[in-house]
Amino acid sequence: MDKTHIIDLKNISMEYDGTKVLDNINFYIRKNEFLTLLGPSGCGKTTTLRIIGGFEKPTEGRVIFEGRDITNIPPYERQINTVFQKYALFPHMNVFENIAFGLKIKKVPKDEIEKRVKEMLRLVNLRGFEKRSIDSLSGGQQQRVAIARALVNEPKVLLLDEPLGALDLKLRKEMQTELKNMQKRVGITFVYVTHDQEEALTMSDTIVVMDKGQIQQIGTPVDIYNEPENAFVAKFIGESNIVDGIMHEDYVVEFANRVFECVDKGFEKKEEVDVVIRPEDLEIVPLEEGQLNGVVTSVTFKGVHYEMIVKDGNIDWMIHSTIMEPVGTEIGMRVLPENIHIMKKVVEK
Amino acid sequence: MRMKWTSYPYILWMIIFIVVPLALILLYSFTVGEEGGITNLRFSLDNFRRFLDPKYLDVLWISINLALKSTLITMVLGYPLAMIIAKEKPKKRNVMILLLVIPMWMNFLLRTYAWLTLLGKNGFINYIITKLGFAPLNLIYNDRAVLLGMVYNFLPFMVLPIYSVLVKIDKSLIEAAEDLGANKFEVFSKVTFPLSIPGIITGITMVFMPAVSTFVISRLLGGGQYMLIGNLVEQQYLWVGDWHFGSAISIIMMAFILVTMAITAKFDNQKEGGGGLW
Ligand SMILES: Nc1ncnc2c1ncn2[C@@H]1O[C@H](COP(=O)(O)OP(=O)(O)OP(=O)(O)O)[C@@H](O)[C@H]1O
Ligand SMILES: [Mg+2]
Repeated sequence: MDKTHIIDLKNISMEYDGTKVLDNINFYIRKNEFLTLLGPSGCGKTTTLRIIGGFEKPTEGRVIFEGRDITNIPPYERQINTVFQKYALFPHMNVFENIAFGLKIKKVPKDEIEKRVKEMLRLVNLRGFEKRSIDSLSGGQQQRVAIARALVNEPKVLLLDEPLGALDLKLRKEMQTELKNMQKRVGITFVYVTHDQEEALTMSDTIVVMDKGQIQQIGTPVDIYNEPENAFVAKFIGESNIVDGIMHEDYVVEFANRVFECVDKGFEKKEEVDVVIRPEDLEIVPLEEGQLNGVVTSVTFKGVHYEMIVKDGNIDWMIHSTIMEPVGTEIGMRVLPENIHIMKKVVEK
Repeated sequence: MRMKWTSYPYILWMIIFIVVPLALILLYSFTVGEEGGITNLRFSLDNFRRFLDPKYLDVLWISINLALKSTLITMVLGYPLAMIIAKEKPKKRNVMILLLVIPMWMNFLLRTYAWLTLLGKNGFINYIITKLGFAPLNLIYNDRAVLLGMVYNFLPFMVLPIYSVLVKIDKSLIEAAEDLGANKFEVFSKVTFPLSIPGIITGITMVFMPAVSTFVISRLLGGGQYMLIGNLVEQQYLWVGDWHFGSAISIIMMAFILVTMAITAKFDNQKEGGGGLW
C-alpha cells in the first residue's frame, strides 16, 4: 500500500438498469494533489465523483481511503466533503448557518464555530455576508459559500463537480486562480470535475481523461497535451489534425503520401495508425522548402493567432500561426519529428 | 379592454354568490326583527350577547377542541404517509396519490354514512365482536366516532399539501446534509422538516377550517343530540328559525377562522425569512 495515495479506485464499474456507465475504472489520488476528471458530457465524471463521496455504490469494485475499504461506508461517515454541481445551499438558512452546518452537526463549541466560519468567509472574500439569505446572493457568491461550507470542515478530500460551470468567463478565470491558491494554502486534496479542457490544463496536477465510462489517459497536463495516448485525447485536449498513417518501421511513418521521420517505435510493420499534429506545430515555409504543401482555403483571426485551413489533396490541415497567408495562396509546411504523434487506432466496440 | 369585459360574468358570480350572502349575514347578525323578514330591522348587539351564554360557549369550545384534535391526528398520520409517498418512484407515487384521492370522488355524505354501517350497534364491527362471544361495544354517537369521521374525511387535505412540498425538495439538499455529516435523523430534523413547514401550515388550515365548522359528520356519527358550532348554526336557521342569532354565530366562527389563519400565515412568513427555530 502506497502511503502517498489518499484514495484508490479499484476496478470500479457502474450500471444503471443494465447500461454500463463506468467500465473498470482504476486510478489513485495522491495526498494534497489537484486531480481533475475531464471528459465530454455524460462520460461518467459525476458518477465517479458520487462514488467517491458515497452517494452511489458501485456495481463492482472497491473504493480505498487511506488503505481502508470505504465502499460501504455512508457519506456522513467519510472525511470527504463535496461542492455540488448546483451548489445545493440550504434555502432556509442564511450564509452563516449554511457554513456552520457541518460544525454544528459535529457539536463543535459555539465560539469555535463562530471563529472558523468568520475565517472561512474571509478566505472566500465574503466578509460581512453572515446574515444574508441565500437567494439574495449572485451565482459567484453562492458558489463561494458552497466552497466555504465544505472547506470549513477541514476534510481530507474536497470533491468539486463543475463548480464554475454557471459563471461567466471573467469570473470563471478569477475563481480558477482563487481555487488553485486556496488548495495550495489549505493543503487539501482536490478532486475536480470539468468538461473544459483549458480549465483542466491550467489548474491540475493530474488529469484523468474519460470517455464513455472508460479512462482514456492519466497524466500531468503537460503529458496529456504533448503526448496524447490516442486520437480521442488528442482531439479533446485542444484542436488537432488527426490523419491516417502507416508505420513503415520504428521512427518512420507515412502519411499524406509522404514519408516522415518521427520519434515513435514499437508498432508492427505496416501497422495502420492515427497521426496527430497540433495546429501550432505546423510551420509555414516557402513552397519549395515544405514537407507538405497546399492551398489556403480559409483564414480566421483568433485574437493571438490566425487559424488557417490548408487543403492538401483530400486532407484539410489546420494551422495556427501569427503570420497570415491570404486565401488562395499556395504554401509549404514543415513539422518537427517530435511533434508528430503516432497513436494506435482505437478499435470501436 | 376585452379582458375587462370577459371578467364581468366572474364579477357578477362573485357578487351573487359571495358578496350578497355575506352582506345579508352581516346585516342579520347585527339586527333583530320579525322572523325571516327583512323589513322592520333594528340594530342590536343582542345576538352576540346571547352567544356569551356558557351553554353556547361550551359548544364553541367542544368544536374547537375536536377540530384541533382532528388536525393534530391527521398531521401525525399524514406526515409519515406523505413522506412515504414522496420517497417512491414517480409511477408508484401517482398510484398511491390516486388511491388517497379516490374516496374523495364519492359523495361526502355517502362516505360518512358508510361508517354508520361499520360502527353501528348492528354494524359490521359489532357483528364480529358478538360472533367472537363478546358484548357489543358502543362505537357510535360519541366524541370518538365524530373524531374518527373528521380524521377520515380530512386526512387527504393534510397529506396532499405536505406531499407536494416534500416531492419538490431538491434531493441534492439531502445529499449535501449527509455530505456534511448529518445522519438520517439529523437530515430530517435540520433539512427535510424545516423545508416542509409551508406544506404543514397549508395542511393545518385545510383541515382545521372544515373541521371546526362541520355539521354533517357530527350529525351522522354523533347522533341527533350532538352539538357542534356548525350544528348550532344549522339548528338556528332550519329548525328554530332565528336567522339573526344563526348569522351572529356564523360571523363569530368566521372571525375565529380568520384570526387562526392570520396567525398561521404570520408563522409561515417568519419561517421563510429566518429559520433557526427548529
Ligand atoms: N441515476 C441514474 N440513472 C440512470 N442513468 C444515470 C443516472 N445517473 C447518471 N446516469 C447516466 O450515466 C451516464 C454518466 O452520467 P454522469 O452524470 O456521470 O455524466 P457526467 O460526465 O457528469 O456528465 P456532465 O458533464 O453532463 O455532468 C449518463 O449517460 C447518464 O445518463
Ligand atoms: Mg456531471
